[in-house]
Amino acid sequence: MLLISCPNCGSRDETEFHYGGQAHVAYPENPNELTDREWAEYLFYRDNTKGAFAERWLHSTGCRQWFNMLRDTVTYEIQAVYPMGSPRPDAAGKVTADTGTASTAADSTTTGNASPDISGTSTSPTSISSTTAPEGATP
Amino acid sequence: MSADLLPEHPDFLWRNPEPKSSYDAVVVGGGGHGLATAYFLAKNHGMTNIAVLEKGWLAGGNMARNTTIIRSNYLWDESAAIYEHALKLWEILPEELEYDFLFSQRGVMNLAHTLGDVRESMRRVGANKLNGVDAEWLDPKQVKELCPILNISDNIRYPVMGATYQPRAGIAKHDHVAWAFARKCDEMGVDIIQNCEVTGFVKDGNRVVGVKTNRGTINTEKVGLAAAGHSSVLAEMAGFRLPIQSHPLQALVSELHEPVHPTVVMSNHVHVYVSQAHKGELVMGAGVDSYNGYGQRGSFHVIEHQMAAAVELFPIFARAHVLRTWGGIVDTTLDASPIVGNTPVENMFVNCGWGTGGFKATPAAGMTFAHNIATGSPHRLNQPFALERFETGALIDEHGAAAVAH
Repeated sequence: MLLISCPNCGSRDETEFHYGGQAHVAYPENPNELTDREWAEYLFYRDNTKGAFAERWLHSTGCRQWFNMLRDTVTYEIQAVYPMGSPRPDAAGKVTADTGTASTAADSTTTGNASPDISGTSTSPTSISSTTAPEGATP
Repeated sequence: MSADLLPEHPDFLWRNPEPKSSYDAVVVGGGGHGLATAYFLAKNHGMTNIAVLEKGWLAGGNMARNTTIIRSNYLWDESAAIYEHALKLWEILPEELEYDFLFSQRGVMNLAHTLGDVRESMRRVGANKLNGVDAEWLDPKQVKELCPILNISDNIRYPVMGATYQPRAGIAKHDHVAWAFARKCDEMGVDIIQNCEVTGFVKDGNRVVGVKTNRGTINTEKVGLAAAGHSSVLAEMAGFRLPIQSHPLQALVSELHEPVHPTVVMSNHVHVYVSQAHKGELVMGAGVDSYNGYGQRGSFHVIEHQMAAAVELFPIFARAHVLRTWGGIVDTTLDASPIVGNTPVENMFVNCGWGTGGFKATPAAGMTFAHNIATGSPHRLNQPFALERFETGALIDEHGAAAVAH
């Protein structure tokens, strides 16, 4: 079970949380102008990264607040917890907009920035060291 | 016992050839689907100068990790057609492959625990009958007659209100299925190359012309991807995206027991599915871990939850013990249906997105995918499962419909 450090409540078991999938996918700026292909990208296509992955979590039985987390999808190690709307706090943060249609405008609190530039960012993510505690299952 | 007293090693079922510099087609992924694809490429399309590349050992991924359930009672026409074709192939494959992989048509029961379940189950039984899939509705007494160890009393949180039953469904020995396909492939001249990891693709414009591996570059005219949970990784190497998310899916077995469980019982609502393997282990599984993961392991609370469900439905299991748990990486799509067909890259084809239920489809996935690779266009059975459906909106939504605990 993952041990997740909620920014508001501290370390809690994974069972208190709800997974929200890939972070930093912005709602299209001009939905009416999208082609079917672009809509498909927005609705159905998400990154399926093997390695460091920025994703959303909801502390559903705690503070009920959303936040972002950087987690390795192979080792399950949680590398950082950071607020929604802040850029991804690692070098891979310069990944470009995922949907090709995502907003590159200033962040809103709900969507995050689709093409963050980490240089010069003022955000200081909560760094977590080795907080995963997978149990039970063998490889 | 000293080594000289040991019996001779049994015959190997397939060679371990070095990769050649070129093949007519290369299948990436040496699991059930990859092997079945190679088998039908050779058998139905005469393509024997082909290779199956496997980064680990043969059938060591999801083919070794599933709970071996085979059924075809899906709601929608497109799904019923391909899964029922698979079931018909399962019925003839032991003879065709000359290998008794213990396909046991002991039936599969899908329990209903709410009024919503009951209505949806009856609807599915009707849809199945119209599609020529054997299906019936059982009331709780009939459920108990077929599976006496099930608790049908109303003293549990979600009492059993009935079940759908597919008598022709069942289980098979998954490892033996892979070995049966591998042996026949090998006999027909297919090279099965283990410990050969694909690291990239060679393209001429938008056309794939080769596969880069840790054992050198292999030229080929056609590439079929059959890598389940790792399909996105391969697609990224080839320069396109897939609408799939890889999740851990866990299963477990108990120690060996006397035969107590005569059929396969699945419950979507309390979420567990249980059968008893030929050797005697109780085999059970449930849903995926919520998060994306490539780790072939998941979180223990998922195991705990499925065991709680199993003990409530089968009080007799309370004294059984967990012997092993494990995880596989399943490639889920948003409509819970697979993707089989062409890709944006010319001469590259993909078979993925089978999610939590790919084992049962193995023969039909192989047959249709082989057809698609050999001819360049889909078989009528996999045509609805093309990648384009996410753009056209012609989704095949089996999420709530198909008794979807696989």
